[in-house]
Amino acid sequence: MLGFVVRRVLLVIPTFIAIAFLTFIAIRLVPGDPIEVRTGERGISPERLAQFRHELGLDQPVWKQFLDYLWQLAHGNFGTSISTHAPVLTEFLTLFPATLELAISAMLFATILGIPAGVIAATRRGTFIDYTLMGAALTGFSMPIFWWGLLLVLFFSVNLGWTPVSGRIDLLYYFEPVTGFMLIDSWLSGEEGAFRSAVMHLILPAIVLGTIPLATIARMTRSAMLEILGEDYVRTARAKGLSPFRVVGFHALRNALIPVVTVIGLQVGALMAGAVLTEYIFSWPGIGTWLIESINRRDYPVLQGGILLVSGIVILINILVDLLYGVLNPRIRHAR
Amino acid sequence: MPLLEIDDLTVEFKTASGQFRAVDGVSLTVDRGEILAIVGESGSGKSVAMLAVMGLLPWTATVSAKTLAFDGRDLLTLSPRERRKVIGKDMAMIFQEPMSSLNPCFTVGYQIGESLKVHLGLSKSERRKRSIELLEAVGIPDPERRLSAFPHQLSGGMSQRVMIAIALACRPKLIIADEPTTALDVTIQAQILELLVSLQRETDTGLVLITHDMGVVAETAERVSVHYAGQKIEEQPVGPLFADPHHPYTAALLAALPERAKGKHLPSIPGVVPGQFDRPPACLFEPRCRFATDRCRTKVPPRQGAIAGFALCHYPLTHGRPIGHPNPEGREVAA
Repeated sequence: MLGFVVRRVLLVIPTFIAIAFLTFIAIRLVPGDPIEVRTGERGISPERLAQFRHELGLDQPVWKQFLDYLWQLAHGNFGTSISTHAPVLTEFLTLFPATLELAISAMLFATILGIPAGVIAATRRGTFIDYTLMGAALTGFSMPIFWWGLLLVLFFSVNLGWTPVSGRIDLLYYFEPVTGFMLIDSWLSGEEGAFRSAVMHLILPAIVLGTIPLATIARMTRSAMLEILGEDYVRTARAKGLSPFRVVGFHALRNALIPVVTVIGLQVGALMAGAVLTEYIFSWPGIGTWLIESINRRDYPVLQGGILLVSGIVILINILVDLLYGVLNPRIRHAR
Repeated sequence: MPLLEIDDLTVEFKTASGQFRAVDGVSLTVDRGEILAIVGESGSGKSVAMLAVMGLLPWTATVSAKTLAFDGRDLLTLSPRERRKVIGKDMAMIFQEPMSSLNPCFTVGYQIGESLKVHLGLSKSERRKRSIELLEAVGIPDPERRLSAFPHQLSGGMSQRVMIAIALACRPKLIIADEPTTALDVTIQAQILELLVSLQRETDTGLVLITHDMGVVAETAERVSVHYAGQKIEEQPVGPLFADPHHPYTAALLAALPERAKGKHLPSIPGVVPGQFDRPPACLFEPRCRFATDRCRTKVPPRQGAIAGFALCHYPLTHGRPIGHPNPEGREVAA
């Protein structure tokens, strides 16, 4: 077990180098550099330009810049933002809880609705209910996040006025962050209405971000259940005289969860990509907004470091999912 | 009153191309403490008939019968909930594929204990005690340790022993074993059969043994019911059946046993079991029968009496010769 974890963690190193390389190259392929973005139309004397370039190390050959960057990373230094001069890691850690809160809520939404929907569709295979659920899942899966987000905002926030349009909480409330999770902090603050406000702000972004995972989980659960329901051991469970609920919800679902958990793990990467868009739509002050702004500012260290850190999180979650897989599947547990 | 009484059981499946009749008017009885073997090729409806008794058929199946009674209760009118109280408790089934019949996600102990919990409401420690007893009874060494084993850690023979333990858990009155040894090695086959029969004797349960293996039948059964294309075509006690089969199909089946083959070539029955679209209009065995006449092609055969093994045939055999047949030698069929 420990050996497995160590092997997995060691395998992360080449992945990291590859990601660092790709982001490093990609952002430099985009026209413009941090200095041009900052000076804009204003013109700048060649001396100042050379000085800036030197300060940021941009006067070095690109391969040298990359090796220097790797060297920096090897020392655990993710660099300093060009625009705020704050360490990238510090900024990341400040903003990450907001993204995590959103991602966890979205995933809970997707899982809590997706698994029952898949189970119901599988047990009612070929009926109206099945077609309705799977049609809805396909629609959800095909919905562009941008459009879906705007649609929900238009309907629930603008027309009905039920939910706020953007942000994490009303401006009325202010309290010092304790955990960085708005739901917990607002609860802890004890301010009347703060928690409710935080929940209302979270609902739409969580639904928007959770829609694609919800559709994927529902479809995956359905197909896994359909396969499992035909297995001999499901017949054995029925031959024991167990209730249909116990046969389906326990004997079959327990087995169907194995592929579903894998899919949930794979969704985490997509979830991070979706978070970038969702946060942007809802002005959610998380990693996504931060990364998009860093692109606009050509803030190389923030973009490179930010993507690397997000990748690290995704990889970490995937390792955790692999471990969970072992817990769910006795055959794998013993093989290790 | 017999333990299990089936009269005129018919099972039809809805398929994309219409109704398919898998079981066609089968009548059977099983007494307490009796071993009945149901014999037939694949597709003869023998498993489907017993799955219908257990209520385990998919929703595409339509079950109808004049009588379907178990232990004095009419299974046809029981509500699903009531019926679930019977199956797994008083009537248990063992399946063909032991390796895939156990749930891979749960331990052996859990899977045995589950019936004990659901049907008998035993406490955790009582379940553990009874599970160990059961594993001992089915000949699993070191039962206490085995309780925490997962199915993938067991061999096929071990898995089938566990399945038998599950079936026996609530001391059922009837056990239906659907080809319990087909998936197992020959040496293990004999052990499992012996185990089943000895447990059946000890507990005086009825046992329905579904098989296509005449060797298994000869060794274990008391009474044999031969099925073909969804119909019961003969029924006799095991000794007389082997000595004097009355239906031409039974006779052909016995002649095809390697142990009985006389010539250089193993005799076989030409053709295959009719499917959904090529069901003969009258006698279902007629296209493959060496004694078939025009009458067999046009008139549905009658059910003979006990003396002719309840054979479903116009010309039941007596000592290999068809009674009342225009040409008792029959035609030679190419093997």
